[in-house]
Amino acid sequence: MESVVSVHGLRKRYGHFEAVAGIDLEVQRGEIFAFLGPNGAGKTTTVEILEGFRARTDGQVSVLGIDPAKGDAEWRNRVGAVLQESNAEPGLTVRESLQLYSGYYLHPRDIDETIALVGLEEKADTLGPQLSGGQRRRLDVALALIGDPELIFLDEPTTGFDPSARRTAWHVIHGLRGLGKTVFLTTHYMDEAEQLADRIAVIADGRIVAEGTPGTLGGRNRMAATIRFTLPAEVGSDELPPELRALLAGEDGRVTLTSDTPLAHVGELAEWAQSRGIDLPDLDVRRPNLEEVYLELTRGES
Amino acid sequence: MTAASRGPLALVLHQARFDLLGILRNRQARFFTLVLPLLFLIIFVGVFGNHTVKGTGVKASTFFVPGLSALGVIAASFVNLVISITAQRESGILKRRRATPVPAWVLIAGRTLTAVTISLTVLTVLLAFGRIVYGVNLRLAALPGVALTAVVGSITFCVLGYALSTAIKNEDAAQPMVQAIMLPLYFISGVFIINTNLPSWLRHVASVFPVEHLSDGLHKAYDPAAHGVGIVWSDIGVLALWAGIGVAVALVRFSWLPKAAVA
Repeated sequence: MESVVSVHGLRKRYGHFEAVAGIDLEVQRGEIFAFLGPNGAGKTTTVEILEGFRARTDGQVSVLGIDPAKGDAEWRNRVGAVLQESNAEPGLTVRESLQLYSGYYLHPRDIDETIALVGLEEKADTLGPQLSGGQRRRLDVALALIGDPELIFLDEPTTGFDPSARRTAWHVIHGLRGLGKTVFLTTHYMDEAEQLADRIAVIADGRIVAEGTPGTLGGRNRMAATIRFTLPAEVGSDELPPELRALLAGEDGRVTLTSDTPLAHVGELAEWAQSRGIDLPDLDVRRPNLEEVYLELTRGES
Repeated sequence: MTAASRGPLALVLHQARFDLLGILRNRQARFFTLVLPLLFLIIFVGVFGNHTVKGTGVKASTFFVPGLSALGVIAASFVNLVISITAQRESGILKRRRATPVPAWVLIAGRTLTAVTISLTVLTVLLAFGRIVYGVNLRLAALPGVALTAVVGSITFCVLGYALSTAIKNEDAAQPMVQAIMLPLYFISGVFIINTNLPSWLRHVASVFPVEHLSDGLHKAYDPAAHGVGIVWSDIGVLALWAGIGVAVALVRFSWLPKAAVA
């Protein structure tokens, strides 16, 4: 595996305030990496250092083998950035904006193909400022992609979106994987990181507090699952087989069991219910919510 | 072949082409830079009449055309640029452009070339309108003087625009700021009214600032009694000096990132 982003002991101080307090990161080629944390945790500061917009106080940083503080035009040809806040180019349509940006690069992607990639075909001749928030963000992604970069930074790409616009944006970001791009995504939405990322690092108070895949983050893979269902009124939870009764964690109209081996226990429950001729229409099995893990990890942060 | 692969000059033209397109699609910019100077010409001649100006021997319109040409150059180069650059900086557009391989100087040169193009267009419209409607006569020999003064003036006011934008927090503050600076200067610099009758201290104040020198350079080039190519080197010199000051300020203070940026 080849490291595309490599960070060791990165620090950034503003006066007495340490926004980034010594972090290490490795992002491999072709990976979608999510950098997750609450507002003010140091995400954007870190990304702006990686993008070459901010000087660091201390530490080693390498992006595509280059120190971003010394990134030249050749390096910028290989990196794309969707900034946290950037408006559309005033007075230019989607296609014209992409024509403008494609002229900046030596080997840009095809304009129409890039418009299709972000799903803006029907808006190609619409002025940028007239697009909806979600469409503008997709134009941002298209502008970052037009130079055909190896690595693309996405700084909070869906903040302030309605659910359907988020789904569409996720679909576009997911599509970047198919192009073989390495994606460095920052977000404060747990579900976004879970949906999109191969690997997640959680930052709080300028420090990395956890790192892992969506399945293993914060030891989530070792946490017990919960099984919940509602019994018919005439059946009491004390009628459950003893080994399931032992797992009982709560009962407030719905029965809640906690289990380290959910599949075996659900099987047992199903067998028991069928033998009694009961259906359990609202049965659900769920691992601890990643949101809960995240809140636990970043607790104490505002 | 992209603009970038055809070299820096092609990239400047590429940038200017899209900057120009963006400005022409902006109704406010269109009105204040292209329409207003012409409207002023029609109103001024209507209000004051097209009589011979006392002590000069030229028609009033021959005074108004170069004065309002100076206004057009400043509107296209300074007013429009300060407002658009401040807005683009605060909305992250400048930062996003800087995240691409395009060199900073190309963005500045492209935007300046756009302003020069608009300035020369306004100047040409005023010249043609003045000639056809009011019989304002520009000596053919003075054309190089008019063009050179307008181009140097436009570049100077672009540079000063970049310098001033560093002192403005956001787009809303840009419009009042530029007008507060420019309106008094227009009145004492011979843009709207003849300044030879002003008290000498006011003339001295005016002569420090670049507006008076752009206006004076254009007026002298238009003077039907003058001879030669219409270049007033002292005016060009003061404009260039101001451009130098603008470059120095911009080099130290100009930032591509929003002022309202978060840590």
